[in-house]
Amino acid sequence: MQRISNKSIIVSDKTMSFREKIYLPAIISGMIITFSHLFRKKTTIRYPEVKREFSAIYRGRQVLKRDDEGRERCTACGLCAVACPAEAITMMAAERKTGEENSYREEKYAAVYEINMLRCIFCGFCEEACPKEAIFLTEKLVFSDYERGNFIYGKQDLLEPVDPQNRIDVSKRETPEMLAFKQEINLRHNKK
Amino acid sequence: MVKVTIDNIPIEVEEGTTILNAARKIGGKIVPPAMCYYSKLAGSGGKCRTCLVKVAKSSAKDPRPMPKLVASCSTPVQDGMEVLNITSPEVIETRKAIVEFLLINHPLDCPVCDQAGECDLQDLSFSHGMANTRTIESRREFPPTDIGPFIKLHMNRCILCYRCIYVANQITDKRVHGILFRGDSSEISTYIENVIDNDFSGNMIDVCPVGALTDKTFRFKSRVWFLKPMDAHRQCTKCSGRVTAWMFGDEIYRITGRKDQFGEMEEFICNECRFGKKEFSDWIIDGPRKIKRQSVISASYYENMIKPSVINPIGEIMEETE
Repeated sequence: MQRISNKSIIVSDKTMSFREKIYLPAIISGMIITFSHLFRKKTTIRYPEVKREFSAIYRGRQVLKRDDEGRERCTACGLCAVACPAEAITMMAAERKTGEENSYREEKYAAVYEINMLRCIFCGFCEEACPKEAIFLTEKLVFSDYERGNFIYGKQDLLEPVDPQNRIDVSKRETPEMLAFKQEINLRHNKK
Repeated sequence: MVKVTIDNIPIEVEEGTTILNAARKIGGKIVPPAMCYYSKLAGSGGKCRTCLVKVAKSSAKDPRPMPKLVASCSTPVQDGMEVLNITSPEVIETRKAIVEFLLINHPLDCPVCDQAGECDLQDLSFSHGMANTRTIESRREFPPTDIGPFIKLHMNRCILCYRCIYVANQITDKRVHGILFRGDSSEISTYIENVIDNDFSGNMIDVCPVGALTDKTFRFKSRVWFLKPMDAHRQCTKCSGRVTAWMFGDEIYRITGRKDQFGEMEEFICNECRFGKKEFSDWIIDGPRKIKRQSVISASYYENMIKPSVINPIGEIMEETE
């Protein structure tokens, strides 16, 4: 037959042998593959009972950290907000009054600190920009809700509790460089 | 007219001009930074040493180089002078050391300081300084003090540039503050809790290169990069009334003078304009102010932004049917 182009493929039309005609060897080899999968390691987990471990670099919802004495670290410098590519962060600063030294570490503090979780893309730039190690991304999730307004997380949602037992561990997110920075005694906020 | 060459750029200037002003006539990157010199204040300069330059050739008559680096803000030019600023590695190295000296007693509280974002020392140390500090000694600490109803003094941020002293001497009619003590322990003070309430005293805030003198009415209100600087003016009997209004939406957060490309105020403004008039209706807005792209203030600053008209398709349909 004359081929018009060399793109066309000649389909083979060979007849099956007796071994192929009885189909049994093919079925058995297929079943061996199927049963071998039963004894393999499962790729799925039984979710509500078993929970998968988060990656060490997982970035979930933010936490506003307190220092060792329970004072808020955030000083409302606005660097997280200016670094935020989604413009999700807003804040209002206030001046610390005498008698509030145990609540706020610096002279200035964030009276209002809001993150719009609908805008947040969890890039972690706020954590990177923070000069006071006040904001960290955690393994917590942002839950679904019926109201848009409930996605604007204020200080009551973000701030970690004062109680030392309920503190949120962010040691995974602290890089060796950051820990070295914390040891730097020349920096005023590291001084005791 | 004398001819000088600054960083291989020749320029003709009048006799008696300082090297710094000659460089400012050329403009651009070769202008030495100045922390204490202020062209509008007579006698200022010569204190901070950030403007040090190398004079490779003193003049046409005496071609020897000057033995040491000279302060460009107080050295007059001579005919045939050859000056090296950014082309000399010695100057760059010295400037780095000068920044370190200026920062010996300057606290690293930029996150708290209201000046952050428009601070000359911050810019200077970012462009010329080192990333970390080598000193282990504790810095000087003073409690923040109120000098007058409008100005807050943070003495630990002061770099002793004397600009505010010159403002009080030359712009206001009576100076009530000054530098007390000497050397390492010098500090700006009113000595006995005195009140600075002169009509033009607010200009001290604008001339301060650091956050030592800050606006009490703007204290911790916002960060400068969240605000939009707008040129505004009003009829004022005391001053020109031409200011920069720092706005957030339709709210005016603070009023400052208009700063030129060298960070100096174009005109000094009175306290009534600066502190008294913070209503939108007090001012006529001329338009947005030009901000350098490199400045953090331009971070949330959109030029040519048109506010979208209210999007309400249902409303439009309803109006049509009526």
